[in-house]
Amino acid sequence: MRLSDLQIWTITPEIIVAIMACAILMIDVAMPERARKTIGFGLTVSTLLLAAIAVVVGQDAGYTIGLYGLVVQDRVSDIAKLGICLITAVALVYGRSYTEERNLLRGEFLALALFGTVGMMVMVSANHLITLYIGLELFSLCLYALIALHRDSAEATEAAMKYFVLGALASGILLYAMSLLYGLTGTLELAGIRQSVSGFSADDLPLAVALILVIVGLLFKLGAVPFHMWVPDVYAGSPTSVTAYLASAPKIAAFVIILRLLAISLEPLLEVWQDMLIAVALLSIGFGNLVAIAQRNMKRMLAYSTISHMGFFLLGILSGDSVGYSAAMLYAVIHAVVSLGVFGCILHFSGEGFEADQLDDYRGLSKTDPWLAFLMLLFMLSLAGVPPTVGFYAKLSVFQAVIGAGLLWVAVPAALFVVVGAFYYLRVVKLMYFDEPVAKTPVRSSAAPLESRALLTVNGLLIIGIMPWIGVIAEACRNAILLVGS
Amino acid sequence: MLGNYLPILLFLITAIVIGGIAMAAGRLLGPNKPDAAKLSPYECGFEAFENTRMKFDVRYYLVAILFIIFDLEIAFLFPWAIVLDDIGMFGFVAMVIFLLVLVIGFVYEWMKGALEWE
Repeated sequence: MRLSDLQIWTITPEIIVAIMACAILMIDVAMPERARKTIGFGLTVSTLLLAAIAVVVGQDAGYTIGLYGLVVQDRVSDIAKLGICLITAVALVYGRSYTEERNLLRGEFLALALFGTVGMMVMVSANHLITLYIGLELFSLCLYALIALHRDSAEATEAAMKYFVLGALASGILLYAMSLLYGLTGTLELAGIRQSVSGFSADDLPLAVALILVIVGLLFKLGAVPFHMWVPDVYAGSPTSVTAYLASAPKIAAFVIILRLLAISLEPLLEVWQDMLIAVALLSIGFGNLVAIAQRNMKRMLAYSTISHMGFFLLGILSGDSVGYSAAMLYAVIHAVVSLGVFGCILHFSGEGFEADQLDDYRGLSKTDPWLAFLMLLFMLSLAGVPPTVGFYAKLSVFQAVIGAGLLWVAVPAALFVVVGAFYYLRVVKLMYFDEPVAKTPVRSSAAPLESRALLTVNGLLIIGIMPWIGVIAEACRNAILLVGS
Repeated sequence: MLGNYLPILLFLITAIVIGGIAMAAGRLLGPNKPDAAKLSPYECGFEAFENTRMKFDVRYYLVAILFIIFDLEIAFLFPWAIVLDDIGMFGFVAMVIFLLVLVIGFVYEWMKGALEWE
């Protein structure tokens, strides 16, 4: 083994972020109290931007295996890493004043956020079950700690505890599945698993058990019905800045591991897992949309909405061809951007001692803060999938893929539940535009820093579908998936 | 393929048999005259002071977690030291990076005061 054979540049962004996370941890204990916050925060955001630049500079149009088969770099991993870095950076900027007001903006918050980003990027570049698992655990462990960061809040502690116990269970299940796969195929490399699995018959019992456990583990992490119990508690219980972090970029990472593990390595078993995913996807879409109607808490409502969106995302995966995978990828990216915007709005609306997490808080927002209300309107329309917004294109491409795969009967109930879902998104719009403001005037968003408000505006403009980026992203996703398939 | 696991099965059976023999021999061959004093729980010869199910200071957990990290480090270092000749510079650099990461964690916990009891 020689260092020069490693092709270490395939993981340059991960290395940059990991080193800087260590540095920020050291700065936090070495610097005086006052300098810490500004320097630490500035360094964190610039680290993420630097990593994004490293991804762009080191982009790879081909398919490079690095670290002796542990990691892979291709178009999918490049796009996903770029998205993860940029979205995480923006989420941190949105959450800055919220986090600072609650006295949570310490070195640990920033270092954990960075280590979590490293975990996501490792997941994205995994070409090996061990790498995949390490990435997943690194990310999950950081997230448990981030959620519990607000130690005095009973809700945050409860959310972290629930997430930790269920997450540990899911990790155990996934690990068991991996050990079974290893026992059956004799390899941990994803390409090797694919080769070996195609030699099995589809009704081989140990392989079926391994497949079911893989799916259960992945769906747990994704939060799809019937493994969704933790999602609402975690979304509502964690500090909103952490919710913004966990609701956006991780969805992209989740897409990539599902793509690599299920859609590529286990593609020979497509017939078996397609049926399972159809059931899960329809249940998620139905359950998420129906239960979200009953929520009075904004963050819980968005959690159930996320469950239903994960159902749509799975619809793309279960189509089982490159059209479906690229639709799912587009869906994951768009959902991450829109979630980022929604939680950005909540973060800008909330202030000291005011969480802005009740639906009633949004009554008459258009009169007290027209700018924020308009952005919220855009994000809600996008989540509902109304045509001029990107959410519509995401849903359209998923439906095209599902119908193209000959699964019209799956697309029909899914489309019906989109209509049901429109109710609770439009209710927020109704509260903001047609109701009178409540007596206690909430904190104005103009108190937030300028750069963060500017970013939120850009985020809102991105949501309008006539922007050219949507075509660029869709094209990039399609090309990336075609490369992986070959 | 399952044949590969036969040694593990044999090992498990041997372990159970040997453990069983030791317990059965003690039971069958040893004298057995129980009385109340012999069967009662004790702490180093004293009567138990208090209920054993008491609350622990959370600091014990912190110490235990920190201990495990560095304990595992040693578990990695021993096999590494034995094969260092074979893995050469590559293995050496890899371990140095691993140790560096651990040192950063160590410095952090030290500066944060996690090693001080009071």
